[in-house]
Amino acid sequence: MLRQARDANATRLNSLPEYFGMLGAIWAGAPALLVYFVWLAFEGDILMAQVLEMLPDADSMAATQELLIGDIRNAIENPISYRIASEEVRMAADRYRELSQTATLALTATCLSVFAVCSALALKFMTPRIRARAQVEKIIRGFLLLCSMLAIFITIGIVLSVLFEASRFFQIVSVTEFLFGLDWSPQMAIREDQVGSSGAFGAVPLFVGTLLISFIAMLVAAPVGLMSAIYLSEYAPSKVRAAVKPLLEILAGVPTVVYGFFAAIVVGPALRGFGQSVGLDVASESALAAGFVMGIMIIPFVSSISDDVITAVPQAMRDGSLAMGATHSETMRRVILPAALPGIIGGLLLAISRAIGETMIVVMAAGLSANLTANPLEAVTTVTVQIVTLLVGDQEFDSPKTLAAFALGLALFFITLALNFIALYVVRKYREQYE
Amino acid sequence: MSRTEQIVSGLARRQRAEKRFRLYGLIAIVLGMSFLLLLFGSIVTNGYKAFTQTYIELPIYFNPEVIDPGGEHDPQTLFSADYWKLVKTAMYQKFPQVSGRKERRELARMISEGSAYELRDQVLENPGLIGTTRHIWVVADDDIDMLMKGYIDREVPEDERRLNDRVIGYVDDLREAGVIERQFNTTFFTAGDSREPEQAGILGALTGSFLTLIITLLLSFPIGVAAAIYLEEFAPRNRFIDLIEININNLAAVPSIIFGLLGLAIFINWFGMPRSTAIVGGLVLALMTLPTIIIASRVSIQAVPPSIKEAALGVGASRMQAMFHHVLPIAMPGMLTGTIIGMARALGETAPLLMIGMVAFIVEPPSGFTDPATALPVQIFLWSDSPERGFTERTSAAILVLLAFLIAMNAAAVYLREKVTKRF
Repeated sequence: MLRQARDANATRLNSLPEYFGMLGAIWAGAPALLVYFVWLAFEGDILMAQVLEMLPDADSMAATQELLIGDIRNAIENPISYRIASEEVRMAADRYRELSQTATLALTATCLSVFAVCSALALKFMTPRIRARAQVEKIIRGFLLLCSMLAIFITIGIVLSVLFEASRFFQIVSVTEFLFGLDWSPQMAIREDQVGSSGAFGAVPLFVGTLLISFIAMLVAAPVGLMSAIYLSEYAPSKVRAAVKPLLEILAGVPTVVYGFFAAIVVGPALRGFGQSVGLDVASESALAAGFVMGIMIIPFVSSISDDVITAVPQAMRDGSLAMGATHSETMRRVILPAALPGIIGGLLLAISRAIGETMIVVMAAGLSANLTANPLEAVTTVTVQIVTLLVGDQEFDSPKTLAAFALGLALFFITLALNFIALYVVRKYREQYE
Repeated sequence: MSRTEQIVSGLARRQRAEKRFRLYGLIAIVLGMSFLLLLFGSIVTNGYKAFTQTYIELPIYFNPEVIDPGGEHDPQTLFSADYWKLVKTAMYQKFPQVSGRKERRELARMISEGSAYELRDQVLENPGLIGTTRHIWVVADDDIDMLMKGYIDREVPEDERRLNDRVIGYVDDLREAGVIERQFNTTFFTAGDSREPEQAGILGALTGSFLTLIITLLLSFPIGVAAAIYLEEFAPRNRFIDLIEININNLAAVPSIIFGLLGLAIFINWFGMPRSTAIVGGLVLALMTLPTIIIASRVSIQAVPPSIKEAALGVGASRMQAMFHHVLPIAMPGMLTGTIIGMARALGETAPLLMIGMVAFIVEPPSGFTDPATALPVQIFLWSDSPERGFTERTSAAILVLLAFLIAMNAAAVYLREKVTKRF
């Protein structure tokens, strides 16, 4: 009865009032916002094109156009560069400023009128019968989907950006030379006309250096991490466990730049001094120092994964072994560790991928010059160190030196990706076994 | 030998093995703890002295003839006047017996050149100082600072030391007169970078880090939470969603330097965003932090009991309403915990910022998102490269500040997790 009475009333709303408000705001505001952001994204380029057209001899300077654009931009942003800039650049900068003021006005007017038109349309089409909530929720859902798809976009962005620059590199240097060449000295290739300007881009010494340092790191991290996980999960009283576990995890939260400083200031000199006292020649930027400190960084990583894996082994297996009269250590070594092995291996692979991709420790504590050696007392360089040294400072985006960094980045990305895939696969397989 | 005897005879050996195994575990723990201790110990011992700095008290005569020859207190004149001369004169008067050119230069170099700017600022603020003599504590040069802190060994032969015997004699004279002492180092917290250790501070780097993190937070938190909501609540089970999940898990393990390459190639080279700025740094770190936040947010949505959602659905709420009105508020503390941990990681991150050029030498603290900026960890990296002992000390002090921030953030995260999060 009541319902019929209300239905008869034509003003019954389809949704709660607030949804009509939201829908109205979206209809009215979204197009204007879209116009605004599209314009912002392209404003600089459009204005600059206008300015360049105005310059009398813009065509003749086509070769140096990028430089010119750079100069004009500097003059616009920085009063000092404006003062020292050439007459043309100043003119261009003035013109740019004028244009940008006009553009701002025009943009404001456009946005406001788009907003007004859309608001009017929204008013016209908004009726109580419209399914406002459903529409608003659809839009929100679309936004949520977009956000979760960002992960894919980032991956695509990484792959494309690295691949694109790397492919330019491989036009200059062949893939086989890069992958199998034994000589790395990119610093030679500064200018095209120099003698021996080709440089040498054989990345094997870098791969070997990276592996050497990662290997040393794992030599420190794997036993210490694994044994401390075993001790904490099987032997330690719960109080000790509660105190020690967070303390170990502090090691994981320390920024890598701190480890790098520690390696360069404390561990490196200490190892060198120790080497001298026993008659060994240790380089001050030895692979040993960098690897050792990297190992310290990875300890909590190994121990927390091992801890997870060990506690995931069913208690029944433990109880069974102990009931047969095995000691704790026998249970651990003969029953639990074999059962947990795939998980532990997966964890170690993840740790290795961490070590390979780690940058700051090696930048600060490992060497710069490529050195094909397996001697941990000498200085070696790594893939990440070379990426940093090639890209920090002045960059020219057509020299193989800069592009080489992207080729190294590509190699790094795929190696760590492969390691992660294998590791996650192994860990998942292992989990399924006991669930 | 019977079976029992066999077992009994093996018992001692097995128990020894048990003890040994246990000992290995204990050794591993002790090693881990001692690494932690060594790391923090070396940084604290290297750095705590940088929070004080050596000052020298000088009777400075604000000679009108030097700084204000016209006498009209014109700010322009006062700004560009030669305040260094005032400092030098005061120093020469302190040691009237010193006359040689070389010796006098040594005397002047005991004071930091930055003290001239200090005097200038004081005069600009209070022109009444002109013509008066004031006792002012001026900053000493970093070598003097190192001597006062005991880093320069007097036993070393003179030509291998950064300070010669004469200068050390001057310092001892000042010390006897009680006009040289170590005071709290305010410069360290109020100055930007500098080539001179005694004038270098972390304010610029801190501001840069702060601006960068604001961008990171504004982008990664809403997007991360939105993605988590979609994946937990609305995503259909199909290949495409699997692909998204694989991507998120993999991105969490991509080396941070790769994100720097992405930022360089896409944001700077393709979009033409300005290099070395907080906005690009913030964008790159946001992409890097996103997987962490998504994963933490998903876990915290999963922890909300389904009965809450079902009750909301039962009284007629839509799925969107049940999510935003009921599930999300309960999951929020957990999401914030994940976000804070992600932000702490972003604060300590260095490598991607190097790629996008946030390693420039920048004196002025940035005043906006598009100003050239650097960040605290990058500043640590830059200083650690400097050969001066004063910078080693400041590097450690900057690390201590960075660690203090990280500890505060992690403590906040733990607090949220333990106290605010609802448990069912």
